[in-house]
Order: sequence, then C-alpha cells, then structure tokens
Amino acid sequence: MSPTATTSSAANGNVSAATAAAAARTADAGTQPVTFAKALNSALADAMALEDSVLVFGEDVGVLGGVFRITDGLTKRFGTGRCFDTPLAESGIVGMAIGMAMNGMRPVIEMQFDAFAYPAFEQIASHVAKMHNRTKGRMPLPMVIRIPYAGGIGGVEHHCDSSESYYAHTPGLKVFTPATVRDAYLMLREAIDSPDPVIFMEPKKLYWTKEQVDLEALRLSHETDAVPPTEGRAAVARSGTDATLIAYGPSVSTAMAAAEAAALEGRSLEVIDVRTIVPLDDATICESVRKTGRAVVIAEAPGFASVSSEIVARIQERCFHSLAAPVLRVTGFDTPYPAPKLEKYYLPSVDRILDAVDALQWEEGA
Amino acid sequence: MTTTEPRDAIEQVSSKFGITPEDYMLPARTEIHMLDINGKLHPSGQQGAEPGHEYPLPSPKALVDAYEQLVIGRRVNDQNSALVRQGRMAVYPSSHGQEACQVAAALCLGENDWMFPTYRDTVAVMAKGVAPMEVMAGFRGDWHSGYDPKQYKVSIQSTPLTTQLLHAVGVAHAAKLRGEDTVVLAMCGDGATSEGDFHEALNFAAVFNLPVIFFVQNNQYAISVPLSQQSVAPSLAHKAVGYGMAGERVDGNDLVALLAVLGRAVRLAREGNGPLLVEAHTYRMQAHTNADDATRYREDSEVQGWIDKDPVTRMRTYLADAGLLPQDTEARITAHAEAVATALRDGMNSENVPDPADLFAHVYSTPTTQMAEQAAMLADELAREEDAK
Ligand SMILES: Cc1ncc(C[n+]2csc(CCOP(=O)(O)OP(=O)(O)O)c2C)c(N)n1
Ligand SMILES: [Mg+2]
Repeated sequence: MSPTATTSSAANGNVSAATAAAAARTADAGTQPVTFAKALNSALADAMALEDSVLVFGEDVGVLGGVFRITDGLTKRFGTGRCFDTPLAESGIVGMAIGMAMNGMRPVIEMQFDAFAYPAFEQIASHVAKMHNRTKGRMPLPMVIRIPYAGGIGGVEHHCDSSESYYAHTPGLKVFTPATVRDAYLMLREAIDSPDPVIFMEPKKLYWTKEQVDLEALRLSHETDAVPPTEGRAAVARSGTDATLIAYGPSVSTAMAAAEAAALEGRSLEVIDVRTIVPLDDATICESVRKTGRAVVIAEAPGFASVSSEIVARIQERCFHSLAAPVLRVTGFDTPYPAPKLEKYYLPSVDRILDAVDALQWEEGA
Repeated sequence: MTTTEPRDAIEQVSSKFGITPEDYMLPARTEIHMLDINGKLHPSGQQGAEPGHEYPLPSPKALVDAYEQLVIGRRVNDQNSALVRQGRMAVYPSSHGQEACQVAAALCLGENDWMFPTYRDTVAVMAKGVAPMEVMAGFRGDWHSGYDPKQYKVSIQSTPLTTQLLHAVGVAHAAKLRGEDTVVLAMCGDGATSEGDFHEALNFAAVFNLPVIFFVQNNQYAISVPLSQQSVAPSLAHKAVGYGMAGERVDGNDLVALLAVLGRAVRLAREGNGPLLVEAHTYRMQAHTNADDATRYREDSEVQGWIDKDPVTRMRTYLADAGLLPQDTEARITAHAEAVATALRDGMNSENVPDPADLFAHVYSTPTTQMAEQAAMLADELAREEDAK
C-alpha cells in the first residue's frame, strides 16, 4: 500500500529532485546485479521522492551516507532538511523522531549499530511501542527505526548483536528483517508506509550481497500495489518435503546452504524465511511443519528466551500431532557475541544445521 | 525553513537587548520576581531585572484571567486529593503550591502551540483546555491516557522522566521544517534534570535552533531526594548556557512574574531565537503522591515556611489592592471553580466500565492475527463466565 503522494518533490517544482528520480528510474530498469545496500538506498530515495514527510536522520547519515552507505546521496538529492546528521545521542534521535511522527512526519531513522540502539531503549519500549495503544489510536507513530544487526563480519564487540528479541518481546512494535535483496527493497518501502512503528533489522553481513533484480520493476510493483505485502507473510524460500528449516534475516542464507547440502544426500528440506518477526506468520510456518512433520529453527541470537524459542513453542502448541520429532534449534550460544576469531564457533553453521536435521528421529533408511 | 544558524540567532537577539551573548544566555543574578510575599508589586528596577532581563507587567485582563485559572487549579488539586482519600482514584500527584507555574505554562501558549506535561501537570493540562474528565481517565484507571493529544495540542502526561522533552523537540522540529511558527513548551521537575534525556533534548533543541521552552518546576524534591543531591550547578537555569541557550530563574509562586517571563520566552522562541530554559522556584506542599510519606524526609517547619509564599493568596491580595477584583468578579471565579470541582466529583463518582476488548484493539493500527486470537480467547472466557451466572 502506498500513501497518497500529497506533496511530491516534483509537484513542488523541485526540478533537480525530479531529474534525479527520472535518472534513477532509467538506470535501474532491466534486471541487473543489485546489492542489498543499494536496494535499501533506493527504497529510502523512492519513499522520500513520493512524500515530503519522509525524513531520514541519524549519526553520519548526511554527507557520509551512513557508515554502511545506506543513505548515500540522500542529503545531496533531497537537502539537509530531509536527510541530516544529529548530535550523537540515540535516545535523542528516537525521541525526536517520536515528536516528528506526532506532528505529521514519517521519520526513518538509523541506529548506527545494533548495540548502539540500547541508549534509545527507553524511548522505544516506553513510547514508540505504547503511544498508539495509550491514546487508543489517536496518536499513531508512523516511523521506522533501521538497525544494522547480527554478526558474521568479524566485527568488534558491540557491533554484532542480534537484538531482535528485545523488540519482538515488546507489544506495539513491528519487527521486520529482510533476507533477500528484493525483500530489502519491498519491505523497507512497506515499513515506511506502515501506520505502525517498525523496527527494521538489517542483517549487516548481507549489505554487500548481490542479486539479479529489476529495481524499476520492483518500484512499480510496490507503487501500484501489484505485489502482496510481506507483513505477516513468511516466504517459502525453498520447497521441500522431509523437514522444515525456519530462519530469518542473516540465517536464511545459511539455512538455504544447508538445504542444498541435504539435497545432495537425498533429503528434501523446506526453508521458511520468516521475514516479519512481528507480526509472525504462524499459518505458513505451521502449514509447512504439518506437511513435513519435522522442523529446525535457526537464528544467530542466543537461544534462551528468544524469537527462536517463541517459534518452537508456537509450533508445539499448534502442530503437536503432526510432529514426528521434537522441534530443534540451532542458535547462537547463550554467551555474549564473541571476538572475531571465535565467531565461527558461535554462529549457526551448515554443519550444525545438518546435525540437527540428522537428529530429527528419522526411521532407519529414511 | 529558517536558515539562521543557532549561533547567529543568539548573536542577533543579544545585540537587540544590548548585551553580550553570555549575558543573554546566563540567567539574571537573582530570580525574577514581581510580587513580594505580601502581594505587593515590587517597585520596578527591583524585580531581579537587569539589562536584557527586563520584564513588563502583563495587562490587567491577563492577570485577572490567570487568577481565575489559579483559583480553579487550586480547587482541582484539592478536589482530586479528596477523591483519592475517598478511594475514587488510585493516585494523584498534586501540584498544590505549584499552581502559578501550572497556570502560566498553559496561558503563555497560543492556540497552535503544544504542551508536553508530566504526571504532576494535570492543572496545566486542564488550563490549556483539555476536558477535565478526559484528563482524569488516566488517574481513575480507565486507560493510560484519556484525551486526544492532537485535538488539544497537549501530549500525554508523561511518566518516564524527561522522555517527553525529546518529543517536544520533534514536534517543534517538524513544525519548523514546514515553516510553521508553532512554539512548544516542555515541562519537567528539578530531579528530572539529572536524566540523560534532559541533556539530549536541550542539546538537540539548541543545535537545531528550535522554538522549545524547557520549563522546569523546581519544587525542591524528587520524591524524597532534595535538589542538593541532584546537582551542584549554581542553579538549574544556569545549565542553559552549556547548551548555548538562554536560561532564566523565576519565582514560581509569583504568577505575575511567571506570566511575564514565560510570555517573553514564547515570543523570543516564536521569532526564531531558539530554545530557552526557564526554572521556576517553587515548593511541593504535599507528599509526592498520596502513597508517599513526606515526614520521612522533610521537616514540617520547612513546609510551614512556604505557606507564607502561597501563590493564590499573593495574587489575590495584589489584584484586590489594585482594584481588579470587584465582588462580582470574585464571586464568578469562585462559582466557576466550584462548577469544575462538582463536575470532577460527579464524573469520578459515576461508574465507568472499560471494555476488555479495548485491550487488543489499539496495540497496532489493525490487530494482528495474534491479537485477534487473544481477543477471541478473552471474549470466550467472558462469555462462559456470563453463562455460568
Ligand atoms: C525514568 C524514570 N525514573 C524514575 C521514575 C520514578 N519517579 C517518578 S517521579 C520521580 C521524582 C521526580 O522528581 P522531579 O523531577 O523533581 O518532579 P516532581 O515529582 O517533584 O514534580 C521519580 C523518581 C520515573 N517516573 N521515571
Ligand atoms: Mg521535584
């Protein structure tokens, strides 16, 4: 769903912005290799071009374009009133975004890294999540908090946390996490259009991955509502019949690689990409598990009291009689995220997933 | 969008007053006061004023209108405290003794200006025009907040200390980006100035040169902890200079001075001179809330000392002496306050049964599948209870 473009930059006679938009459309037409980062950047630019109320701000998001370059070129194209740097204060960034959303804007703000969103936790848990409910919907907060998260890049401490469970545990927040370049574009557009606040978690190890994508076609399909929304709809990333791997964000590619490897051994694994942790698509997950009778949930975050434990609990509640084996998990250990040289022991790996699959009580010869 | 750099804005406004930027940002040497404790107007020149910190006397009409709200405010506080004692609501943080601050905070604002109040600022919220029973919904336990912030341009009464100051900054920032001349008044207490969001909000407002008035009611205590344990700054108003904004201290029990100081702050902010910090020196006459026992941390004699500075008595004496309070005016004001109190009593005594379905209806703009399932579960549970009756 696209909001009506009440005040598009082009309509305001902002010629350079209109020219930039036209240039982007021509350059993006046709299928070509596109990075995850570029897809996010295009989603921001397209949303900003459509509506003047969409604002981008955070730390180093202006001239630098963000430490991951996700906001590259936005200040140049839309001006310092639309994309700007703030003082270093995460609670300040989120708190100011709340006020802006209260007063007609749609802020899309960036937390520089997962662990640096923690100073903003009070604003997120006490206001972002609760304003709509406490005012019975009279004060909606349409805003997006973008958070680069998770590891796998050899990052130092405080740069690799999988913090999704904190947000998912807080009623009132929506939690999106794309795993493909296509979804990166579509889901960010959807998050910006959402009347509810969205915590948009970007697996930082995917920023530089490429996929063959026609961005211009995606743009058109989003703006004409030609694609179904991703919110509350998990994707079947790979069809299979023997067991279901359920993953999201950074773990989807690992699950896909595991399914690939299992196929070589004659085992057909289905892979579900959760896409939106909140709201969670119980239906698609359960449909798959009822079909296969076996499931492994994969996530980088420590497994204890986590999104992965929630998914297992829900499968157990809903699919108990279809299960041939206990639902297993492959998650990060219940330790702080390790230093770079130890990361490989911590992260869910293809082998660890295949071991879990092997442990799903297969009958002899199956 | 105004393109004035914050530093230029400070230069311009201070040169307009003929003082240095430092003298503009630093509060006057003493707090601004206009009425003495006997309700006599200080002769001009002895109001704590100095160059760049001079405040003209508000008009007689403004003073009488403000007095009317002051009397209503006192009545609201006392009525609500009585309702708590009678068990009609769980908790009411009274602003008894601080009503002059409450009234001035509301009256200094124009129709399109926003207010960001705290749990203690019920009287200010009502004085800005929010329907009393909509305000009370939160205190009587119907829902966390009962009025439409957009309709009244009054945000929710915030409990997490100083979080609301940042929202105020955001509202002002959005308005400024659209070229609107909205001013935002953001309120907090003395203890709250120690919170991180206080610092972040003041800094953001100054860096983005936003029309926000930070209004600190220094009532000397944060629950049990006195100000001396929160800060050793010369005054809370002095914190302003650290952010590059103007600070001022005012006698918080002197409605005349409050109207003058806040009135000027709003004008300066609206003209694009950036944010200001106003610290009002007042006293919380009652316990933090009904659940608190103030005798554990302060002497009764201290409280007694503040009775002499009562904001209502001072204002009444001044207006009566000035001939601005003829009998019919006083009678009208008393009747108005009584009517508000009656409405509060009637409203609080009538049973209002909140709908349990509301638990799930507003968490998201459209209930998620999970919300709908849980709503159905509760509805089913209630239906079975009903059947069992
Ligand atoms: C972040 C946060 N910490 C603690 C509290 C609990 N609390 C409520 S009021 C209060 C004292 C605040 O004092 P002050 O800012 O001086 O305001 P006053 O109550 O005196 O008006 C405290 C500690 C809170 N509401 N929010
Ligand atoms: Mg206090």
